[in-house]
Amino acid sequence: MTTMQTDVATLTHTLTDELDTPPLSLGRMAWLRFRKHKGAMFGLVTIVCLFLFSFGGALFISEDYANLTNTSMRLQGPSAEHPFGTDTIGRDLFARTIYGGQISLMIGLFAVSLQLVIGITVGSLAGFYGGILDSILMRVTEAILTVPLLFLLLVMSKFFGGRLPNLEIMGRIFSGSVIIIIVIIGLTTWPTLARIVRAEFLSLKENEFVLAARATGTPNRQIIFRHILPNTIAPIVVAATLGVAGAILTEAYISFLGLGVQAPTPTWGNMITGAANYIEQAPWLWFFPGLLILLTVLSINFVGDGLRDALDPRSKQ
Amino acid sequence: MGRYILRRLLQAVPLLFIISVILFALLQNIGDPLATLGGRQTTRSEDRARLTRQLGLDQPLYIQYVYWLAGNDWTMIDVDGDGVPDVQGRRKGILRGDFGTSLVNRGQPVTEIIWERVPNTLLLMIPAEVITISIALVIGIYSALRQYSLFDNLVTGFAFVGLSMPIFFIALMLVYIFSVQFQKWGLPNLPAVGMFDPRVGRTPAQILQHMILPVTSIAIISLAGYSRYIRSTMLEVINQDYIRTARAKGLRRNYVIYVHALRNASLPLVTLIALNFPFLLAGAVVTESIFAWPGMGRLFIDHLNRSDAPVVMGILLMVAVAVIFFQIVADILYALLDPRIRFD
Repeated sequence: MTTMQTDVATLTHTLTDELDTPPLSLGRMAWLRFRKHKGAMFGLVTIVCLFLFSFGGALFISEDYANLTNTSMRLQGPSAEHPFGTDTIGRDLFARTIYGGQISLMIGLFAVSLQLVIGITVGSLAGFYGGILDSILMRVTEAILTVPLLFLLLVMSKFFGGRLPNLEIMGRIFSGSVIIIIVIIGLTTWPTLARIVRAEFLSLKENEFVLAARATGTPNRQIIFRHILPNTIAPIVVAATLGVAGAILTEAYISFLGLGVQAPTPTWGNMITGAANYIEQAPWLWFFPGLLILLTVLSINFVGDGLRDALDPRSKQ
Repeated sequence: MGRYILRRLLQAVPLLFIISVILFALLQNIGDPLATLGGRQTTRSEDRARLTRQLGLDQPLYIQYVYWLAGNDWTMIDVDGDGVPDVQGRRKGILRGDFGTSLVNRGQPVTEIIWERVPNTLLLMIPAEVITISIALVIGIYSALRQYSLFDNLVTGFAFVGLSMPIFFIALMLVYIFSVQFQKWGLPNLPAVGMFDPRVGRTPAQILQHMILPVTSIAIISLAGYSRYIRSTMLEVINQDYIRTARAKGLRRNYVIYVHALRNASLPLVTLIALNFPFLLAGAVVTESIFAWPGMGRLFIDHLNRSDAPVVMGILLMVAVAVIFFQIVADILYALLDPRIRFD
């Protein structure tokens, strides 16, 4: 209801000062609606805090400290010195959640970027050209959706496992498995996005503006990228946001099962691997990383929901 | 209808072919299955070469695929490595129902290994699904009837938490509270691992006790999605004209809700359950790992870790067939339940 009132208010406002005030841009209108979604605002603030924690915290605590092994301090409970306790070989869990958070968040963002590239390409090609290309691409899409995602990811993780050496990026050593996890999550999660994009293309390509573009001799590549794709941005943004949450959760599952990111690189998921064996002595082993995963995924899901309402007000129930 | 089913079945053939080719190619490179065969002893290199030939692992990928698909009992294979084919093949191929034998459990048929585990998985998944749907129906209907009330908003909040919760987090939390802490406090505590206490034996009471924590974890996680789904389909239905008509002609509110509205709202639910069923069969890999439950998920990860390609392939293919089968079943069910849909 409140959304409606503001819309009317802004509308009359723009009508009276039509010549003075430029109309609200699409992004500005979306932001006005987004701001009203309490969950989404909570999510946005929490995500900013989590990024500050993971990337800002790294300014105060060195990576060497996060990887420092001290077996005389193993399985210590939370204390002033070690706020989140220590793990089975005496590393400080607080420092590790900071560096693990960087990897978990980065995996989420990069995996979704890859998912976007493949999903948008496949979806727009299938939707725009139709015919035999559409049939082939959609069969492959279906094939991937038919195998349970976690099974497929585990097989692929085993397939690519250990093929990449440790990488040195900006003076820091990363396990090659980080790249592998990003690639396999990207390679397996694009089908849903491809279907969304394809459906949008199928309906949009029948519009007059596409016909007009064709009539003026616009090449297909431009029709796809300049004329149709910008109109599909709303569902893509929503799907991509929820995709980041899904990717972070997925990484946590594979790493938890021991086939994900390998030591020494920490992620919130692989910090919990084996924690079940110490459930009596050291519940902090799984509690803090688990809580951070929950908080991150929850915030991103809230933001995704807020974006859905903001970008497509008709979908609101 | 018959023609529709036939068409769907025919469409499934190329789909399964694509799936099997992709998975087969992936699974030939998941590690050396022979490395784990000898147990603690190192395998002698001539034994290793003989085993490789016996298992057909020396052949190029496409021949291995043909053998896997159609068997090799129509051809001779070279076992002693002299370049002359000398032994009649014995595999029948997947098209004739032969899923091959496990590499890790030497010679045990894949189907036998899988069928041993299916009941255990269903023992977890079916109770979890039944509990989830019953509670989700109550919550979903109640919050749809009181949209934007305090209860509805609370449910929405909890649903978001449930959708974002990694299942290992809730599972470990339940174990910590109900097994570890309850034991400390001297309360009756729940067992956290396995299917039964080996000192007591495999009695129904034991299995039931061991089921409680894993079933609860799965139910809590899937409750979120289902209750949201039921809420939205219910909302869609109660705003329809025929519901207003039913109320207007003087039918009691409860009758309209539980007979008119619920019956129509549960149509998509039936298809959703059918679509979900094969994924239940696949088991919950993470849950079964935490609770050391001997189901399909654990079987999958154990044999994947030991590079036992035939078993892994068998599980994947059976689940894929089940997924496709239940997709067709869901479509047919929907058409049977909803007279507005006709396939012809």
